[in-house]
Amino acid sequence: MEGYTSSEMMVVAAARLLRDGEVVFVGIGQPNLACNLARRRHAPNLNLIYEAGIIGAQPARLPLSIGDPCLVSGAAAVCSMYEIFAFYLQNGRIDVGFLGGAQIDRYGNINATVIGDYAKPRVRLPGSGGAAEIAAWAHRVLLLTPHQPRRFPERCDFITAAGYLRGRHERQAAGLRGDGPVAVVTDLGILAPDDSGELVLIALHPGATLEQARANTGWPLRAAPDLRTTEPPTAEELRLLREELDPQRIYLKG
Amino acid sequence: MSSYASNKLMTLREAIARFVHDGDTVYCAGFTHLIPFAAGHEIIRQRRRDLVLARATPDLIYDQMVAAGCARKLIFSWGGNPGVGMLRAVRTAVESGRLEIEEYSHFAMITRLTAGAAGLPFLPMRPTGNDLPRVNPQYRTVRCPYTGMDLTTVPALNPDVAIIHAQRADAQGNTQIWGVIGEQREAAFAAKRVIVTVEEIVPSEVIRSDPNRTLIPDFIISAVVHEPYAAHPSYTQGYYDRDNPFYLAWDQLTAEPGGLERYLEEWVYGVPDRRTYWEKLGPEVHARLAVQPAYSQPVNYGRFD
Repeated sequence: MEGYTSSEMMVVAAARLLRDGEVVFVGIGQPNLACNLARRRHAPNLNLIYEAGIIGAQPARLPLSIGDPCLVSGAAAVCSMYEIFAFYLQNGRIDVGFLGGAQIDRYGNINATVIGDYAKPRVRLPGSGGAAEIAAWAHRVLLLTPHQPRRFPERCDFITAAGYLRGRHERQAAGLRGDGPVAVVTDLGILAPDDSGELVLIALHPGATLEQARANTGWPLRAAPDLRTTEPPTAEELRLLREELDPQRIYLKG
Repeated sequence: MSSYASNKLMTLREAIARFVHDGDTVYCAGFTHLIPFAAGHEIIRQRRRDLVLARATPDLIYDQMVAAGCARKLIFSWGGNPGVGMLRAVRTAVESGRLEIEEYSHFAMITRLTAGAAGLPFLPMRPTGNDLPRVNPQYRTVRCPYTGMDLTTVPALNPDVAIIHAQRADAQGNTQIWGVIGEQREAAFAAKRVIVTVEEIVPSEVIRSDPNRTLIPDFIISAVVHEPYAAHPSYTQGYYDRDNPFYLAWDQLTAEPGGLERYLEEWVYGVPDRRTYWEKLGPEVHARLAVQPAYSQPVNYGRFD
């Protein structure tokens, strides 16, 4: 790639999926960068909500934890954890939720709990945190993760947070809200669900190939008929990321 | 009446000795903010055993308590080192079968506390479609008697003791918290006993000048402990910053053989109290964690005398 890293491309691509005026449930790391980049660019009225119970955050520095004190100072409101999950997420007040995860499967389900069997796991991961509720109750969900075969299995070992389960109809039948995981932004491109809820490739970042994306996906990845190429990051997007949002490049390496 | 008032102010050593017993279910509250590390260290020093440790995010405080052999079970909803990686003592104890786990999502965990605080046997939640109910039989379902919708339920959590750190309280225990308020109030009301550690003990007039900021009133509190810097390496909004370098260093320290044991020896067993711990951290750490003030504007409650 020329003049920017794949992390920068991921963050920029994710930022462009946010619309002005939306209420976004923000995660730490790259999702935080994407939301704050969008707020400084095309979405100045983006309402940033953090799991710790912070509404309308305007962080003056890069938060390294989800409850960082910089998120509180200058925020519009602070509420309890019960309220952030019940009044905001469960009650349908969140437009967009951002999630990552160790595994994302063919139907956009997320595993952040165990690799292998739950009782005798090969790898124990941190667990749900708020992921189960964000995935189930935000009106749409954006996923950010590097494109690697072990991260994109045909089926998750454990569903920590529901995408379309085994197909779009199952998500509806389970009584979950919203459109589910509408986009998965990786370092190679963007995946989105088709009518059945299966993730297909809808965009490739500059320099990435369909073969690369297929080689790094655990199911036979299909390309959308109108497969497009992502616009590379602009000079202004890169300047904001590098000079203002993550000057120490904590989340922009590689 | 305030007959219960004056005997609540005590040292942390006394509060832990009186109110935390072997086998207790303990909830050390605080979501990233105000995590009561000083109390955790005192529990380790007093060598409590067979505790059931409940917290949404076990954080380093439970990693340390598990490493010290205080716990038999962990109830949690996100078991990592925030922003860094994993909790090695917890993981090792789980893998070796020494530590039982009971796992939830954040909302389920906090809903358990809220049910406990409200005197209900359980509370319902909308379904989330995930696999946790498959592996944790504490998740059940109930049919809504009004809509017929199937709802997920979790049982009340009523800890034997909740430990809360706060910016300030009066000597009676009227406790004020600002910044991230997490699950402190729910934990306090759900628990049978409540220990609060505070950065400052202030006159009752200060508390009563701003009653909306009081999260927990005095009669809920069992012990009030004046313990500045009790949240380090977590933080206290407006008093000192989160020690992010410490959270990063914990990852390396616990990766070294014997690293955890050396830490506990030097920083927990090796110091008698939080004051010594804070002095031992030294001026460079103090300077790094200092925060510039940003005061809120006062509000007018009106006078009626």
